[in-house]
Amino acid sequence: MDFKNSDTIPGPRTEDQLPHTAEAAVKIVIVGGFGVGKTTMVGSVSEIRPLTTEETMTQAGIGVDDNFGSASKTATTVAMDFGRITITDQLVLYLFGTPGQERFWFLWNGLFEGALGAVVLVDTRRLEVSFDVMGRLEERGVPFVVAVNSFPDAPRYPVAELRTALDLPEEIPILDCDVRRRASSRDVLMTLMRFLHALAMKGALT
Amino acid sequence: MTPPRRQRRSPGQDRPAALPPSGRPGASGASGKEGETRNPERLFVIGGEGGGERADIDLVTLIVARADPPVSATPEQAALLRLCAAPLSVAELSAYLSLPFSVVTVLLTDLLATELVHARAPIVRQRVADRNLLEAVMHGLQKL
Repeated sequence: MDFKNSDTIPGPRTEDQLPHTAEAAVKIVIVGGFGVGKTTMVGSVSEIRPLTTEETMTQAGIGVDDNFGSASKTATTVAMDFGRITITDQLVLYLFGTPGQERFWFLWNGLFEGALGAVVLVDTRRLEVSFDVMGRLEERGVPFVVAVNSFPDAPRYPVAELRTALDLPEEIPILDCDVRRRASSRDVLMTLMRFLHALAMKGALT
Repeated sequence: MTPPRRQRRSPGQDRPAALPPSGRPGASGASGKEGETRNPERLFVIGGEGGGERADIDLVTLIVARADPPVSATPEQAALLRLCAAPLSVAELSAYLSLPFSVVTVLLTDLLATELVHARAPIVRQRVADRNLLEAVMHGLQKL
């Protein structure tokens, strides 16, 4: 096969290398529709320039998708951007931005199952693209928070109204954010972590 | 103005058909549907010793090389071993090697079997999450 000479493959820059003490990683998935700002959010908090991993969907995947390309197409490549935050010398957090279409999820072995939780990033101009995602996360028992990325021309709804529209229980956090700003993206992740922590406390009591 | 409302599906109900692709007729300059690239498809044939068995590898399993590439290593294996002289996630290996995740797992299955790499399993979400872990992550995020 056509493979680049192994000596020429640029690896991580020295400053992007993990310490040898890194023992384990955890992951958070950011999921949302096209152009909602997933990659921007990954990039604003990641310590490395966002990278892209790919998976090839071959004939095995075709049956699950009625809209899948033309009859002659037998494979497609699905890309996912991700970033990284070193938490401690031992622990690393990875953030994956993945398209909302559930037909892509099966490609990524255990992407959601092993994740600490998820951020559903929504755009109020196209709220409906996130409906299916939320349903699937609920079915899989993946805890999530909803982050509304503020676009200047997007309609603004009170949180209570959004909660009703999204049919979400009171305990699931819904917050506004501007994912271009690191502090704002970090606040979204912190909100998710506090929610997970509250769930853990509740679980420990019952 | 009120937002559109989500209809919950009752359990057992069939999945609704996937949303139709957003039609952008004639948008020749568009980069295609998100997550799909327009590059010609590459075909991968990477053989392994394992007879199709794949090691249990996650996108965030950390891989560390245990040895320098042996002379018998394929170019892909040699490149992978050089990349993970320091720990590196499978996702990062996939990105730097420009190889799909599943192809990297095939490579790693062989390298694990021959003990050329060591895999550090990720911490996955438990039914009751580990509060110490969550607190560590929160502490780390606060430093950002």
